[in-house]
Amino acid sequence: MIDKNLGPSRYQALRFGLWIAMASITMMFAALTSAYLVRKPAGNWYEFKLPFQFFISTILIFLSSLVIEWAFQSFKKGNENSYKFGILASFLLGISFLGSQILAWKSLTAQGITIDLTVSGSFLYALSGIHAAHVLGGIAALMVSLLTAFLIKFEVSPMRILKFDLVRQYWHFVDILWIYLLIFLILQ
Amino acid sequence: MSANHPNNVEKDKLIQELGYDDHFHEHHHGDKYQTNFLTTYIFSQDHKIIARQFLITGIFWAIIGAAMSIIFRLQLGFPDADMAWLRPILGHWITINDAGIGRLDPEFYYALVTMHGTIIVFFVLTAGLSGTFSNLLIPLQIGARDMASPFLNMLSYWFFFMSSVVMFYSLFISTGPFSGGWTAYPPLSALPQASIGSGAGMTLWTVSLVLFVVSVLLGGMNYITTILNLRTKGMSMWRMPLTIWAFLVTAILGLLSFPVLASGFFLLLFDRSLGTSFYLSDIFINGQALDRIGGSPILYQHIFWFLGHPEVYIIILPAMGIVSEVLSVHARKPIFGYRAMVYSILAIAFLSFIVWAHHMFMSGVNPFISNFFVVFTLIIAVPSAVKVFNWISTLYGGNIRLNTPMLFCIGFVSMFISGGLTGIFLGNSAIDIQQHDTYFVVAHFHIVMGVAAFFGMFAGVYNWFPKMFGRFMNETLGKIHFWISMIGAYAVFGPMHYIGMAGVPRRYYRFDSFDAFKDFDDLNKFITIAAIVTFFGQILFVVNFFWSMYRGRKMTEQNPYGSNSLEWTTPIDAGHGNWPEKIPTVQRWAYDYGKDDKEFIQQHVPLQEGEEPSSH
Ligand code: HEM
Ligand SMILES: [Cu+2]
Repeated sequence: MIDKNLGPSRYQALRFGLWIAMASITMMFAALTSAYLVRKPAGNWYEFKLPFQFFISTILIFLSSLVIEWAFQSFKKGNENSYKFGILASFLLGISFLGSQILAWKSLTAQGITIDLTVSGSFLYALSGIHAAHVLGGIAALMVSLLTAFLIKFEVSPMRILKFDLVRQYWHFVDILWIYLLIFLILQ
Repeated sequence: MSANHPNNVEKDKLIQELGYDDHFHEHHHGDKYQTNFLTTYIFSQDHKIIARQFLITGIFWAIIGAAMSIIFRLQLGFPDADMAWLRPILGHWITINDAGIGRLDPEFYYALVTMHGTIIVFFVLTAGLSGTFSNLLIPLQIGARDMASPFLNMLSYWFFFMSSVVMFYSLFISTGPFSGGWTAYPPLSALPQASIGSGAGMTLWTVSLVLFVVSVLLGGMNYITTILNLRTKGMSMWRMPLTIWAFLVTAILGLLSFPVLASGFFLLLFDRSLGTSFYLSDIFINGQALDRIGGSPILYQHIFWFLGHPEVYIIILPAMGIVSEVLSVHARKPIFGYRAMVYSILAIAFLSFIVWAHHMFMSGVNPFISNFFVVFTLIIAVPSAVKVFNWISTLYGGNIRLNTPMLFCIGFVSMFISGGLTGIFLGNSAIDIQQHDTYFVVAHFHIVMGVAAFFGMFAGVYNWFPKMFGRFMNETLGKIHFWISMIGAYAVFGPMHYIGMAGVPRRYYRFDSFDAFKDFDDLNKFITIAAIVTFFGQILFVVNFFWSMYRGRKMTEQNPYGSNSLEWTTPIDAGHGNWPEKIPTVQRWAYDYGKDDKEFIQQHVPLQEGEEPSSH
């Protein structure tokens, strides 16, 4: 956490700050999923199949995570083209993740499972919706990375590595969070 | 490590880019922090200015929150009095009857109680207390130039400000502010048609609190990151002043519990606006069944109190930290049991997460599970008692300066003992089932949280006022303020224990219409009068505060109290960046008082030849 030889420095601190933010988002989803667990045995719980779009979106966000990792490594190696391509690709994959979530909600509604029909459905919308809001935050960050990649002169500086690293870590985080939610929903 | 080590080169480059200097960055850097009026006083990123912003906004809300309590106390003490004179302020919430007598609208009575609770708990004792002192003291006492992210720190204030504005606005809408109690239990909070304040007032209330949660999270993130990463050389964890320990643990509590509250609020908002029924089940309104099924209001209570109980420690821990520090400085003695103090903070923090259901003994929780919560609730009394014992031991045989900050510390300890004892009563579910929702609970939490936390805050304000504004507050006024508050607090809340034991419930509009409670009319009048006197005592503080900002005795020496911690090594009028030169490095812990025949030895003073590092 703190390198005793060098003394404190704020750049390590930023990364640490992000971890704290992720811990606190984790608490939020822990609360939502425990609410789910507490509510379920109380009855009045409709069972239905998860829309297949959720599985497609899982593949999309997982790919996106892989691609951003590749872009990050390329950036550190000074490989400009794959860096730019990687950022663009993960951004687009991220957007299509959101798109496929919207399709999933549409298909649920089409089956008559509206948000206010039953608590089990409401939870599904709430969990995926609040998760999507966090993905949106990641997309905003990716957008900034995208602008940096294409508008600012390419240069591998510690500062830019740091900024990219923060975006990348957050992006992996929302990815893992989604996979957790999906597994949770399947097991339930 | 050699200078051309690759890691060092990378770091130097970063420092150049980020514009940060650390203590290995030697030269003067005043120009980096150059600012204009707007960025100095309004959108400042200097933690010292942000601290003042939190404090002054907190004082604003404290005045409003306290004034509300005076209005509803008037109603309780003198339910038949003519309130027409309040009409210019409260408008149509004072209704004038045929006889020309003004009455407080019962709906508005509940709105006042709700707003009073919300404002004091969140805006004054969370943002005003923790926001002010975490911001002021963390960088100064650990030897950092600012927070890890001054920008997010500034945002944290502005989210609080926006949250304030939304709440303030809700006071003036035609259907009035939310009136379902500060805990916002459904169904009142989830059904817009439940009562008049449950409409737009409740929506604004929720929006305001969501903004507030964001503010707390941004602030807390910064506090933790700063403390763990930006301590100056030599400031090991075990050398940190107890204030810093308290702020650290408070921030951790906040980061783990406020997101849970936020998720509870999201579900509440869904229930209100999207027709879901997370918290609503089988409700009839005017004989008509709502089409909501299957929700559980108890679920909300679990989520709320999972925040709610840690929240009471989010409020009290910073006050405990301030008291530990100020008490030791003005007793001119090392704090007794430094490590025990830290461990007890950690124990309290841990336990505070597993006792929430003691607020729900009456909510139909399984009695076997209740027993579990009883046991853990009562265990909290142990670390609490350790702290009380250590404060008293610190005072014992001290060379005590009975100035205003010290008086408030002693007042704090007194309040904490009184309130902790009633907590032990309530922690037993068998007794709580009797006392729940009576004035006994009101008395318990006002003493242990309300008054104690306010006393900690006052101790901090009087003590660090010179650090904030370069002037001292007036001591005579301060002492009068203390004595009115101390006697006033017991006069107000003492009798409430008694009427609570007698079964008088909380959240009632008037009591004189019940035969069972008629006997307490005089006590209720007494409480109201005591509250009014205490309220005017607080005006003294406000006057003293603003008067001293401009007219108070000027601070002439850097370290007026002979204190050890680093905040007193900065210039009297420190700019952004805190130390114009290098940041001092730390050689010893913060409590070297009365060692080696010296009255005090500041933390950055090097160890003497052959001197052992202080044991603690
Ligand atoms: C020895 C330690 C303590 C114990 C055993 C204890 C126990 C309890 C219990 C069982 C209740 C629920 C009463 C009811 O609603 O029926 C309660 C309420 C409350 N306590 Fe404590 N308490 C302790 C210390 C504290 C401290 C240190 C604070 C604040 C800093 C605090 C603040 C509150 C508040 C705000 C409530 C009322 C919440 C409400 O219903 O509005 N307590 N306490
Ligand atoms: Cu509690």
